[in-house]
Amino acid sequence: MLKFTGNELTTLYSAISGLRKLYLPIEKGGEVSYGPYTGTETVRLDVLKTVKSAKDAFFPQSEFLMKFKAEGKNITLETPSEEMEDFVVMGVRACDARSFDILDSVYLAKPVDSYYKTRRDHGLVITHACNEPAATCFCTVFGIDPAKPAGDISTWTADGTLYWEANTEKGKAFTEELEKALAEKAAEEAKLAEATEEDIAKVEAEQAAVTEMVKQLPFANLDLTGFDAEHMMEKFNDPQWKELSRACLGCGTCTYVCPTCQCYDIRDYDTGHGVQRIRCWDSCMYSDFTLMAGGNSRKTQVERFRQRFMHKLIYHPSNHEGTYSCVGCGRCLDKCPIQMNIVKVIKALGVKES
Amino acid sequence: MQRIIDKIQELFANDTVDRVLGWKTGEFSWERTPHVFTKEGGLDGFVYDDFCGANLSKYLIDESAKKDAGKVLVLLKPCDTYSYNQLIKEHRVKPENIYVLAIPCRGKVNVDAVKAAVGTTVLAVEETEGDDLKVKTFRGEKIVNRNDVLFEKCQVCQKTHQVYDEIIEAEPYERPKKDRFAEVEALEALSPEERYEFWRTQLSKCIRCNACRNVCPACNCRTCVFDNAKSGVATKANTDDFEENMFHIIRAFHVAGRCTDCGECSRVCPQNIPLHLLNRKYIKDMNTYYGEYQAGEDAETRGPLTNFTKEDVEPSIVYGKGGK
Repeated sequence: MLKFTGNELTTLYSAISGLRKLYLPIEKGGEVSYGPYTGTETVRLDVLKTVKSAKDAFFPQSEFLMKFKAEGKNITLETPSEEMEDFVVMGVRACDARSFDILDSVYLAKPVDSYYKTRRDHGLVITHACNEPAATCFCTVFGIDPAKPAGDISTWTADGTLYWEANTEKGKAFTEELEKALAEKAAEEAKLAEATEEDIAKVEAEQAAVTEMVKQLPFANLDLTGFDAEHMMEKFNDPQWKELSRACLGCGTCTYVCPTCQCYDIRDYDTGHGVQRIRCWDSCMYSDFTLMAGGNSRKTQVERFRQRFMHKLIYHPSNHEGTYSCVGCGRCLDKCPIQMNIVKVIKALGVKES
Repeated sequence: MQRIIDKIQELFANDTVDRVLGWKTGEFSWERTPHVFTKEGGLDGFVYDDFCGANLSKYLIDESAKKDAGKVLVLLKPCDTYSYNQLIKEHRVKPENIYVLAIPCRGKVNVDAVKAAVGTTVLAVEETEGDDLKVKTFRGEKIVNRNDVLFEKCQVCQKTHQVYDEIIEAEPYERPKKDRFAEVEALEALSPEERYEFWRTQLSKCIRCNACRNVCPACNCRTCVFDNAKSGVATKANTDDFEENMFHIIRAFHVAGRCTDCGECSRVCPQNIPLHLLNRKYIKDMNTYYGEYQAGEDAETRGPLTNFTKEDVEPSIVYGKGGK
C-alpha cells in the first residue's frame, strides 16, 4: 500500500490530469456529480453519493453516434473517431465500481457495443473507500464491501491522508507513471510513498469502523429470497404492483440517478442539411418508452413501474447467473419525489419478516 | 393527527366518502408516500406530520375522474388549495367527486436540510412536542430546530386555505418573516452576465428526469409538447443548450399566470435547481405590470395573461428596444 505524502490533494489531481483526462466528483451549483477536472473545480472526494452515478464515464447520458450528410445523390457518413484518448475516473465508490461489471455484462456481451467498449478500454478506474455510509445504503446485500472497493486502483482516506493500492496490471502501470510524474516535481514533497505498518493499521481501523456501521444500517439484512427465474410469473402477477405504483409520477429520476439502468433511445435529428443521430438514456418509467407503430404495450404506470423492478430483480439475474441489476447505492431512495423505491418493492414482494 | 383520523372515520361511517388521498409512512421515519386509503382497507400506515410536504392536488385529476366510485376525500394544506382551485378553473378535476378536508400546517421539514444541518449520517428524525427535531446519527442524538430546516416554500409562506368542504382548525402560528421576492430581487440586481452565469450553472445541472414537470399541478397537458415526437421539439437527450435555453424557461412561461408558487418543482428536483425562482420572477412581473394577482385564490377569475383589458400595459412600454 502507498500513501500520498503531499499536503494538498490538488497536487495529486494535477499530476494525474497532466497524464490523462481526469474525471472527479465535482461540485457545481451546490451539487456534486462527476465532471472533467481542469484545475479550477471544487473536488469533493468526501461526498458519499454523487447525484448521478459514475456510469456517465462509460455510458454518457447523451452521445453523438453519427452524422449523415446529403450532397446531390451522395450521402456521406461521419462517425466519431475510434481513437479515443485514455482517461481516468477517480473517486468511484464500491457500489458504482460494481455497476461497471453489470453494464459490462450487457454491453460487452455479443453484439458488443463498440461505443461503450471504446470507453471501457480507454478508462482507468480509481475507487475510493467509504468512511461513513448513509442510512439509504445497502451495498452489502449484493456482496459489495464499501471498505474494499474494486477498480484498477483503490484508495482510502484515513486520518486525513490518502492511501493508494493498485489492483490490476493497468493500475500498476499507471501508478508507476504517476510516481515518475510526481518525482519530476522534485521541489515538492508530494509523492506516493510506501505506507508504514502504522499507516496500514490506520486504514484497517477505518475499514473496521465502516464495516461496523454498515452492519447497523436498516437494510443490512434485506432478504432477496424468491427473486429469481423460478418465481418470475409469481412476481409478475403479484397484485401489489398496482398499489406500489399508484403514486408514481412517471418521472425518470430513479432511472437517471441509477448506476445500473442501461436503457437508451436513439433519435435522428434533421440538422437542415443532413441528419444527426444521437443516443441518450431513456427511462422505462416514461410513457413513450415502449411506444411503437402498433401502440404501447405498457399502457399504464403500473406496467412501466413493474418493468423497472422486474428487470433489476428477476430478468437480469435470470440472464446473468443470478446477478441482480442493483448495487444498493440507495440513490433512488434519496431522490424519488414520492419516496417509493426498490427496497419497498423487495419488502412487499419478498419473503415476509417473521 | 388524531382529529384528522376521527374526521375521516366519521366521513367513512356516514358514507360521505369511500376513500382518502393522504400520506403513508415508509421505511424511514421521514418517508411519506402519497397513498389512497379505502374504507375497506382502513387507515393502516396513515400519517400526517412535519414530513408531509407533497402537494396531493394533482392526483385528483385521475382520482376524481374514476367512474363507479364514490367521493374521494383529499387532505389539502393551505398551499395545496391554491393548486386545487386552479385545477377546477382549468376543468381538470371534477369537484363533485371530491371532498376537501383542509388540514393545518406550520411548514414542512426538508430532510435534505436536516442531513446538511447535522453534517453526518442521519438514521432517523423524530418530531417532539415543541420545535425541536430529534436526529439519530451514528454519533449519538442531535437536536435541530424545525424552523431552520423547512422547505423554501414554507420559509416564505403566507398562504391560507382558499377552498374546502370542511376544515380542521388549529392554533395560529407565527408566520415566517422572510420576503418571498427577496431572492428574485437579488437576481434582478445582478448584471445580465452574472445572472446568465447563475442560471447557466444551475440549469446545466438538469438531468432531464422531468420530475419538475410531472409533479407540477399546472403542468397537466395530456401529452407534453416535449414528449410528443410529432411536435418537432421533443427530446430526451440532455444537452446544455436544451435545458439552459428551452425546457425550463418554456415551462415557466407556460405555467405563468397559472403557477400558484406551490414550490413542488424545487422540492422534487434531484439536482436542487431553484426552479421556483423562474416562476416567482414571472409572478413578480405580473404583479408589477397587471396588478397584484395570486393564482388559485379562487376558481373563477381570469388570470392576467388570459384576460384582456384596455388598461393592460403595452409590452413595448415595459421592454423597449435594446432591453431598456
